[in-house]
Amino acid sequence: MSHIPSLPDIAAGRCTSEEISERFSDLHPPLKHHEALVAADRCYFCFDAPCTIACPTSIDIPLFIRQIATGTAEAAAKTIFDQNILGGMCARVCPTETLCEEVCVRETAEGQPVLIGQLQRYATDTVMASGVHPYAREPKTGKSIAIVGAGPAGLACAHRLAMHGHSVTIYDARQKGGGLNEYGIAAYKAPDDFAQQELDWLMSIGGIVIETGARLGDDLSLTLLQSDHDAVFLGMGLSGVNALALEGTHDGICDAVDWIESMRQSPDKTDISVGRNVVVIGGGMTAVDAAIQSKLLGAETVTIAYRRDKGAMSASEFEQELATSKGVHILFNATPETVSNGAITFSRTGTDEQITLPADQIMRAIGQKLESASADLAIDGGKIKVDENGRTSVKGIWAGGDCASGGEDLTVTAVAEGRDAAEDIHANLMKGS
Amino acid sequence: MADLTSDFIGIKSPNPFWLASAPPTDKEYNVRRAFEAGWGGVVWKTLGEAGPPIVNVNGPRYGAIYGADRRLLGLNNIELITDRPLEVNIEEITRVKKDYPDHAVVVSLMVPCEEGPWKDILRRIEDTGADGVELNFGCPHGMAERGMGSAVGQVPEYIQMVTEWVKMHSDYPCIVKLTPNITDVRFPARAAQAGGADAVSLINTINSITSVNLDTLVPEPTIDGHGAHGGYCGPAVKPIALNMVAEIARDPETANLPISGIGGITTWRDAVEFMALGAGNVQVCTAAMTYGFKVVQEMISGLSQYMDEKGIDSVSDIVGQAVPKAKNWQDLNLNYVTKAEIDQDLCIKCGRCYISCEDTSHQAIAMSEDRVFTVKDDECVACNLCVNVCPVEGCITMRELSIGELDERTGKKVEEYANWTTHPNNPGATCG
Ligand SMILES: Cc1cc2nc3c(=O)[nH]c(=O)nc-3n(C[C@H](O)[C@H](O)[C@H](O)COP(=O)(O)OP(=O)(O)OC[C@H]3O[C@@H](n4cnc5c(N)ncnc54)[C@H](O)[C@@H]3O)c2cc1C
Ligand SMILES: Cc1cc2nc3c(=O)[nH]c(=O)nc-3n(C[C@H](O)[C@H](O)[C@H](O)COP(=O)(O)O)c2cc1C
Ligand code: SF4
Ligand code: SF4
Ligand code: SF4
Repeated sequence: MSHIPSLPDIAAGRCTSEEISERFSDLHPPLKHHEALVAADRCYFCFDAPCTIACPTSIDIPLFIRQIATGTAEAAAKTIFDQNILGGMCARVCPTETLCEEVCVRETAEGQPVLIGQLQRYATDTVMASGVHPYAREPKTGKSIAIVGAGPAGLACAHRLAMHGHSVTIYDARQKGGGLNEYGIAAYKAPDDFAQQELDWLMSIGGIVIETGARLGDDLSLTLLQSDHDAVFLGMGLSGVNALALEGTHDGICDAVDWIESMRQSPDKTDISVGRNVVVIGGGMTAVDAAIQSKLLGAETVTIAYRRDKGAMSASEFEQELATSKGVHILFNATPETVSNGAITFSRTGTDEQITLPADQIMRAIGQKLESASADLAIDGGKIKVDENGRTSVKGIWAGGDCASGGEDLTVTAVAEGRDAAEDIHANLMKGS
Repeated sequence: MADLTSDFIGIKSPNPFWLASAPPTDKEYNVRRAFEAGWGGVVWKTLGEAGPPIVNVNGPRYGAIYGADRRLLGLNNIELITDRPLEVNIEEITRVKKDYPDHAVVVSLMVPCEEGPWKDILRRIEDTGADGVELNFGCPHGMAERGMGSAVGQVPEYIQMVTEWVKMHSDYPCIVKLTPNITDVRFPARAAQAGGADAVSLINTINSITSVNLDTLVPEPTIDGHGAHGGYCGPAVKPIALNMVAEIARDPETANLPISGIGGITTWRDAVEFMALGAGNVQVCTAAMTYGFKVVQEMISGLSQYMDEKGIDSVSDIVGQAVPKAKNWQDLNLNYVTKAEIDQDLCIKCGRCYISCEDTSHQAIAMSEDRVFTVKDDECVACNLCVNVCPVEGCITMRELSIGELDERTGKKVEEYANWTTHPNNPGATCG
């Protein structure tokens, strides 16, 4: 057993660099060749497969698994990338237990789905490790498209447009591309700098330029983008955070996404401060990720406090179990009321009962929101309103991913929306030519 | 526990499960382990004539095909008969038989197709105490090119001639092992009977090439850049073997000729099927080579439970029970009508029944928006394809329509038994 120093308050260095790298290694280690063949053999090659229907990017899952089973992982990867160019990241981060694997007929039959996500990783890793990029660009069209945001939506859109021969410029406010793949996803889901590797691999198709440190709203305006380009796609995600009114003062309150972002950017994470007693407020994937990673960094107690009950929590059953298996406590029906240094008090939702927990650090994870969009764009439920082709209310502007209406806020959904918008942009720009 | 003792042409063994002549029976060491594990008998790996021993290729000597999860379904080999000196084998057989008097030890033989060598080999094995001989007229590779093995088994006259020599020069019960590499297995079986054989055993392996290496484009197993056809066995050949056993059992000329059933027997169920179609006992090779000798324990417990459940007292009571029910096509009831039925509680909604019927058969399964699969009785011809492709056992079954019930496909009521021989569309029908 290694020694975890019991540091008070909020401190870095609760664990050694070795401990951290061990704890933050792959959540699901990659399948070995033999494991992949055994897993692939379980697929029944269903007709009109339920798994494919459940995949937001509609990957032909029975086909790619059969291609793995017959010794052609490269062809399998092509089947995946044809639908989802970020198939490598999705294989790591998709909540498969609520998507493809939830409806796999072998889940129905035996409560044990085919390991679709892990097989997808096996196939995509094979191609990415070989350094081959299996797509070439069609002849240049001379059209140029501006994309705002280099997250999954923007990247999927850019790749599809580049494939069709257009030139693409992506503008992103941050210093690195990748969006939440780089700054948000839990470190143990995509270790070894996978987000940047995938970004480089995706860009190797050519025809895509990323301008980092370029924020729409600063020197960059939609009008300018529209005048410089033939079309615009907005994929800037949700960078604003919801406010949470709490009575009292506390020195250790932060937004979970900010804390995760700095943690993701730290090379060995020994410099990341974490409380001895951490309380995370919220009920989604962000809350779970912040809680688990606090625990992995050496926090002694970590509690997720959620104002409603278990069934209402948006983090899946699997995610909840993952959290509790790491020693995170989940407190349901707890509405935060007051804070003071070192503590937070909740009321039992709908009752007078009060619960006070020690809290050196309090993380807010109660959802992100659209920071600001041009006044011209119609808004629907706090997001940019789009139709099924990703068209906004303004001609020549498309949007997709978390910032756009419709679909769950997931990497795979953002990819699907970016890809589909690209096809619509392409069809529009090439009309009559 | 049922009484499993077996008496096959006077050769007694504690159970009807023998190891076939093959690597598992090539040495004293293996055979002792086999008897300790529970096998009732062995047919010793085929002996050749005295003199310089047989030469095998070093290997690889086997090839295979697989099912899901790399289950071995078919095995192919290019090995020859024993490559150990005759004297060594004879000493070992003698020692083993002495220590296991209650187990069956049969010696398999293959020598050139002349009377002298057969007379000589029979004299040499005289003092082993073995229970009988099996004449290997089956191996399809290596020895056949030298005028032995299947080269003899493919010529009924040779079979009869050699069998006569063997019966003339020895008192051993004589089993003739047949090759499946012929067009009609009844002819070699009749020849063996005419030569005085006490029994036939079948099948030996089937000519085969299991695979081609796609990098080198050489057949496998590959020996230094080349491959040769070999003999195929294992679960994949069972249906072929089962039919050949039944052909001989059904042939009026050989109806009383005892049969030792061989070919793909892997479980107690396979063994009972062979016996029901006329085999007096069974021989096993690939199952033992795949899983080791312990598989016989499942065969013993399975057969025993089956006999207890069915109230069968003796293994011999199973033999031939299914033979009268194995018919030719023209004897089947053309008025027998069934319809596929899907058990919705068992269905896991994979859609395989639907797509196989829709794409390749009769468009008789409907698929609803919410993936409920149902059979259209007015289209279903009861081909059984959906049953065969459904991954859930017992999920799709065939419901028999009773006489007088409406067949929605034809719009006619089900009638009494009638077969092709009397069908109006048959120009050769005997009567209307
Ligand atoms: C902590 C956390 C964990 C998550 N875990 C998972 C998970 O395990 N699985 C899963 O499927 N999903 C997960 N998600 C959700 C998933 O990350 C998002 O749904 C997905 O990244 C959305 O992609 P996007 O391209 O729409 O936006 P983002 O990934 O947010 O990318 C938007 C990009 O736009 C840039 N940008 C923003 N504003 C501007 C501007 N004004 N000008 C220029 N650039 C701008 C940003 O810098 C960013 O690079 C998680 C989210 C969070 C916050
Ligand atoms: C249901 C069924 C019916 C068949 N009918 C015919 C036939 O009428 N004529 C023919 O030459 N072969 C027929 N065949 C044999 C196939 O053409 C083929 O030779 C055989 O199935 C082996 O190939 P495969 O196992 O690779 O599919 C039939 C096969 C099946 C399964
Ligand atoms: S992209 Fe995600 S949802 Fe789709 S098949 Fe792959 S792992 Fe499943
Ligand atoms: S539902 Fe499961 S078994 Fe069916 S095709 Fe998809 S992965 Fe294969
Ligand atoms: S093949 Fe069987 S399990 Fe699959 S849909 Fe048909 S009946 Fe259901």
